[in-house]
Amino acid sequence: MIHKYKLNGYNICLDVHSGAVHVLDDIAYDILDFCDENMTEQPPEKMMVCLSDKYPKEELEETYAALYELFTEGQLFSADDYEQFSDLMTKAPIKSMCINISHDCNLRCEYCFAAKGDFGQGRCLMPLETAKKAIDFIIANSGTRHNLEVDFFGGEPLMNFDVVKQTVEYARSIEKKYNKNFRFTITTNGLLLDDEKIEYINREMHNVVLSLDGRKEVNDKLRVTPNGKGCYDIIVPKYQKLVASRGDKDYYIRGTFTTFSKDFTADVMHMKELGFEQLSIEPVVSDPKLDYSIKYDDLPAVFKEYERLAKTLIETRRKGEFFNFFHFMIDLDQGPCAIKRLRGCGCGNEYVAVTPQGDIYPCHQFVGEEAYKMGNLNDGTFDTDMKLRFARANVYSKENCKDCWAKFYCSGGCNANNYQYEGDILKSHKVSCELEKKRLECAIMIKAALADMDTDSKSDCDSDDCFAECR
Amino acid sequence: MKTTKHIKTLNNANLKESAVKGGCGECQASCQSACKTSCTVANQKCEK
Ligand code: SF4
Ligand code: SF4
Repeated sequence: MIHKYKLNGYNICLDVHSGAVHVLDDIAYDILDFCDENMTEQPPEKMMVCLSDKYPKEELEETYAALYELFTEGQLFSADDYEQFSDLMTKAPIKSMCINISHDCNLRCEYCFAAKGDFGQGRCLMPLETAKKAIDFIIANSGTRHNLEVDFFGGEPLMNFDVVKQTVEYARSIEKKYNKNFRFTITTNGLLLDDEKIEYINREMHNVVLSLDGRKEVNDKLRVTPNGKGCYDIIVPKYQKLVASRGDKDYYIRGTFTTFSKDFTADVMHMKELGFEQLSIEPVVSDPKLDYSIKYDDLPAVFKEYERLAKTLIETRRKGEFFNFFHFMIDLDQGPCAIKRLRGCGCGNEYVAVTPQGDIYPCHQFVGEEAYKMGNLNDGTFDTDMKLRFARANVYSKENCKDCWAKFYCSGGCNANNYQYEGDILKSHKVSCELEKKRLECAIMIKAALADMDTDSKSDCDSDDCFAECR
Repeated sequence: MKTTKHIKTLNNANLKESAVKGGCGECQASCQSACKTSCTVANQKCEK
């Protein structure tokens, strides 16, 4: 299977099953319309006839030969022989956990998927005892996995920061004994950040996710305090302080765009102007009936905006400046192994979420869905049948994903969105699929453009018949 | 990167190889959802 498309002046072909990405000239791009899994050394007659008006015969033959060579090298129309691996992956230890340390929040963001912080379950904080049990649970269920990830989430985790600190301390005190290495992440809306918390987060947290929607008027429209005031002026200076003293540890400034802010390139650039480099703005996922939601009809405008953002990113790099957009990050050479790519997000299998009451759910987005409660930390219950059901939710068990060109980069999308909007964890959520595919097209195009920049900067090479592999 | 007259290949296309060698499970979990920027699969690193 291949996926070919034109974007920003590039003709791009992704060979899905090998992962090869080719940038083609027009003739090669057109010839591909006549090729498939059964390529032969002899150029197809139909192609020679149909394209004869457009290109000379010798050019057609020569280009076809080059494509045929890629085919024989397994880099074009390569075979799908991955299904054999999809069953390999079912039994897996739990290695990641989302601890909803606070089901309370000091903001009332309009679009919050957690029902304004309490997941519809009443406002409360997780007691230390429960948090410790969560750490014990992940250690006990992580088998031989060494790296364990714990994300402090909410609600607003800083509202229960003492318990966060004590939980980290507890985990650190026993990790050596069990030969584990904890990596902590915290996601915050920033309101309660102060110097002491900043210092602590920068010392202990492997990653920190800081919520901000971009421009003041955009942020303050939906990210509001209980009395309706925007939070931009309070949080931005705190984020700047945190990032300035973070060194080279990971962080993300993370926003949400809605149908009101489809011009989100301006928000990304605003974040950059504020001095941030690691940026992420993601589409709100919500009931299409809500006025701010991104609906099918919004897609053409959002696609255009992703293109604009991609071009802006390229321009910025050309000027020697830098920002990173999370959803355009892609490693074409050394990404995760194909097995990992097939198994998806791992929710309910490698990843679980726990609530202040000690309830265990497949992930943070299932919290509050009674039918998906997997067990409880306090009574020691855990539904291994449900774990197995989630374990089997991979790219090859999802009807739409199996034959989707994006499957190795998307990994089958979000099970929770599938359930919420399509009624089945195995049915992909259409709007999300379209957005994912567009982002991927942009991400790959950016690679093509950056590769061009690399070549430009190496222009002291004067060979005009270059078959050399230069990097 | 390999460049010929009509085609420039940007990477060394090692997905198949990675399937044979991979599957150790030490890499990060990869929430694909919009609500969490922990990571998505395309931009992850292999731990090996
Ligand atoms: S884009 Fe949609 S269909 Fe394709 S792999 Fe992702 S969830 Fe599946
Ligand atoms: S189901 Fe969705 S929200 Fe939950 S971990 Fe998977 S991708 Fe993330």
